[in-house]
Amino acid sequence: MKKRYLFIAFLILSITSLFVGVKDITPLDLFHLSEDQLQIMMISRLPRLVSLIIAGASMSICGLIMQQLSRNKFVSPTTAGTMDAARLGILVSLILFSSATMMEQMIIASLFALAGTFLFMKLLDRIKFKDAIFIPLVGLMFGNIINSITTFFAFKHDLIQSISSWLHGDFSMVMTGRYEMIYISIPLVIISYLFAQKFTVAGMGEELSTSLGLNYRFVVNIGLVIVALSTTVVLLTVGTIPFLGLIVPNIVSIYHGDNLKKNLSHTALLGAVFLLLCDILGRILIYPYEIPIGLTVGVIGSVIFLYLLMRRKAYA
Amino acid sequence: MHKNIKMGILASIAVILIIIFLFTDMGNYWEYVVPNRAIKILAIILTGTAIAFSTVVFQTITNNRILTPSIIGLDSLYMLIQTFLIFAFGSSSLTVMNKSLNFMISVGLMVLFAGLLYRFLFKREGQNIYFLLLVGLVMGTLFQSFSSFMQVIIDPNEFQVVQDRMFASFNNINTDLLLVSFVLILLVSLYFARFIKYLNVLSLGREQAINLGVDYNYVVKRLLIVVAILISISTALVGPITFLGLLVVNVAYQFFKTYQHTHLIFGSILISIIALIGGLLIVERVFTFSTTLSVIINFIGGVYFIYLLLKENNSW
Amino acid sequence: MVEVKNVSKQYGNKNVVDNVSLQIAKGKITSFIGPNGAGKSTLLSMISRLISKDSGEIFIDGEEVSKCNSNELAKKISILKQSNHINIRLTIRELVSFGRFPYSQGRLTKEDWRYVDEAIHYMELEDIEDKFLDQLSGGQQQRAYIAMVIAQNTDYILLDEPLNNLDMKHSVQIMKVLRRLTDELGKTVIIVIHDINFASCYSDYIVALKDGKVVQEGPTEEIIDSSVLKGIYEMDINIEHINENRIAVYYA
Repeated sequence: MKKRYLFIAFLILSITSLFVGVKDITPLDLFHLSEDQLQIMMISRLPRLVSLIIAGASMSICGLIMQQLSRNKFVSPTTAGTMDAARLGILVSLILFSSATMMEQMIIASLFALAGTFLFMKLLDRIKFKDAIFIPLVGLMFGNIINSITTFFAFKHDLIQSISSWLHGDFSMVMTGRYEMIYISIPLVIISYLFAQKFTVAGMGEELSTSLGLNYRFVVNIGLVIVALSTTVVLLTVGTIPFLGLIVPNIVSIYHGDNLKKNLSHTALLGAVFLLLCDILGRILIYPYEIPIGLTVGVIGSVIFLYLLMRRKAYA
Repeated sequence: MHKNIKMGILASIAVILIIIFLFTDMGNYWEYVVPNRAIKILAIILTGTAIAFSTVVFQTITNNRILTPSIIGLDSLYMLIQTFLIFAFGSSSLTVMNKSLNFMISVGLMVLFAGLLYRFLFKREGQNIYFLLLVGLVMGTLFQSFSSFMQVIIDPNEFQVVQDRMFASFNNINTDLLLVSFVLILLVSLYFARFIKYLNVLSLGREQAINLGVDYNYVVKRLLIVVAILISISTALVGPITFLGLLVVNVAYQFFKTYQHTHLIFGSILISIIALIGGLLIVERVFTFSTTLSVIINFIGGVYFIYLLLKENNSW
Repeated sequence: MVEVKNVSKQYGNKNVVDNVSLQIAKGKITSFIGPNGAGKSTLLSMISRLISKDSGEIFIDGEEVSKCNSNELAKKISILKQSNHINIRLTIRELVSFGRFPYSQGRLTKEDWRYVDEAIHYMELEDIEDKFLDQLSGGQQQRAYIAMVIAQNTDYILLDEPLNNLDMKHSVQIMKVLRRLTDELGKTVIIVIHDINFASCYSDYIVALKDGKVVQEGPTEEIIDSSVLKGIYEMDINIEHINENRIAVYYA
């Protein structure tokens, strides 16, 4: 898959995304938009497009960084407890400050996400039997454990309903005034670009990267901070998007090898394309209703993930 | 301390807790209260046994102490079945009201699912048990996506019914179902008896087990089916308690410090009975129903487990 | 006798073991040597039924391995792989007692315990028999595992790189034990080994594999030969005779 084709797909899907919805707006209307249509464009359709692109790109990059750092193809924010820890963080912020602002929620949730991911990485060090499949299993179990703690407090404070709203991603609620936080991901993506080469080196292990003159701890920490922040931001604005960080980097590495610097733009682009596609599918399949993105990505993502697993097995 | 003394201590605690649970705080209607409580106790003993027993076996097969059998997606499947029944027929429909039918459907589908999963994966050459688990886990996520989608669509009042099913409960246990479960578990245990001698050897790992003459695939397949049946029965009877097994089996390992499975199995069964009755006493008499037992068990199980992970210990 | 007939194994598109046939005589030490990725360990695992073969047949004393009752086979042949991660905490004596499982199904009789004690004695582990495995050095652990195999009391003993990670002293110790097992107890030992000088000094028969095929086999004197080894390893190897042993010199 050439980057050019990917880019063309990206453009087509982006434009399509703008014109799918209950309110009919065709590309021809663009030049003489009524007041009404203009409003819908600006308040709902454009923000939705922007957040889809950013979420898709940044979640995929997070997955890629985590896979590089842990040297395991099946690690991602969903399979390392990052998402679950962030969710616990949001809950804690809601309980501690009854009227937490988005900013406060984000900071606390990011700290939790960071702690959770650190804990997972520590766990990895401790596991003797580093089977490629065993590690995501531990990660998912670890996530479940964090969830059980979240459920406990949510149940006590009657917040189960709010918890489940973060459980499945939904872009239909994205509109002006509620999504701007996602822009925080843009500088994070840029930082990942700057550090790309270093992540690749760090992925070769502490000893090797130290002997290559790299400050291993520092680079790993930067990577984890990027992952924690991006995950939290996406979680707060659209909710959990399962598997995205897992499958997109894997697909890219199948046809493109494993050089992080080379793969970053591909991964970001494919992530956005994949998410746009899932979103558009969700919007037209049961039109005029909408299937939340959590479900479409969950279904398509699980199937692709299973395929990746089987494929790996065949070549083992 | 000798292991039999330890076992005696556990048994005495269990008996004392049962007596406290049955005969304290009775109020004026003891002829009504005591039989009611006795049913609860029976349900607890039954599910506690099934869960503890199957978790020990499962962890031995997988050579790992961080995994629980529900990881193959049985919990999520149960929730999907319940959500679907309510989604399709409404909460007042016969299937939900008619507990026996619901029980049969749930157990049947869960065992069927596990059977298909095993069948499919054991057919493949060079199977790796972790591979099986990961596929199960991904299927679980898929089920979860579907259920949370349905949960969003259904009426909020009906959601309440679904939510009740998300947490295990020992209230309103149907005596007929209890009897059926008892007979089923008894039959499964009798079938299992001829495999018990293999457990110690299996804990040495696949290669050593084969070297020592265990027909590995034959034995493991059958043990996994036993595990799936036990978990399905207990889940359909009271609901999912994901971390009970994890908690009690690890406590048993710490307490007995042995690899002998006869001690481990009976020890974990007693510990799970203690945990459930003790937990129920706390929930009903201390918190007075402000929270659900399974939530507390999962919480304690989760926290205890993170403690185990953090402690300097490399037994996984 | 172990008889391997036209055995193959594929991983993906790669023939790891490619139509191998050979016979391994009873009461001898046979070494599998060859470059990395030659299929030595895979062949050993197939002989011991740890992994299945894609095609071909393997007979042990005339019986096809995959048709045998696994428990009966465990009284005839034992295998020790190079990496043994055991998740449970065992003492040496407990580990060795597992070797009696094929006979006792976990309920050890007096006689079984006698075998256990003998095996521990044979490996000179009496002083530390109640220590836990994770308290031991690599050499001691390896001796404990070999004691378990001895307790299993099989005619055929298969070892996959038994000297891996051992220092010189322990390597020699292990090889001497294997020699004694064949000479004193009449066992048949098959090992995968990288150090051709250990193979040369201790084995009776050598099978050389390369790219999944048997390229050379024969008595040790025939294989430890400059021109034969050159064919196997694609490098010049001089053979020196030192105290009746043939020593390959390939370091410079």
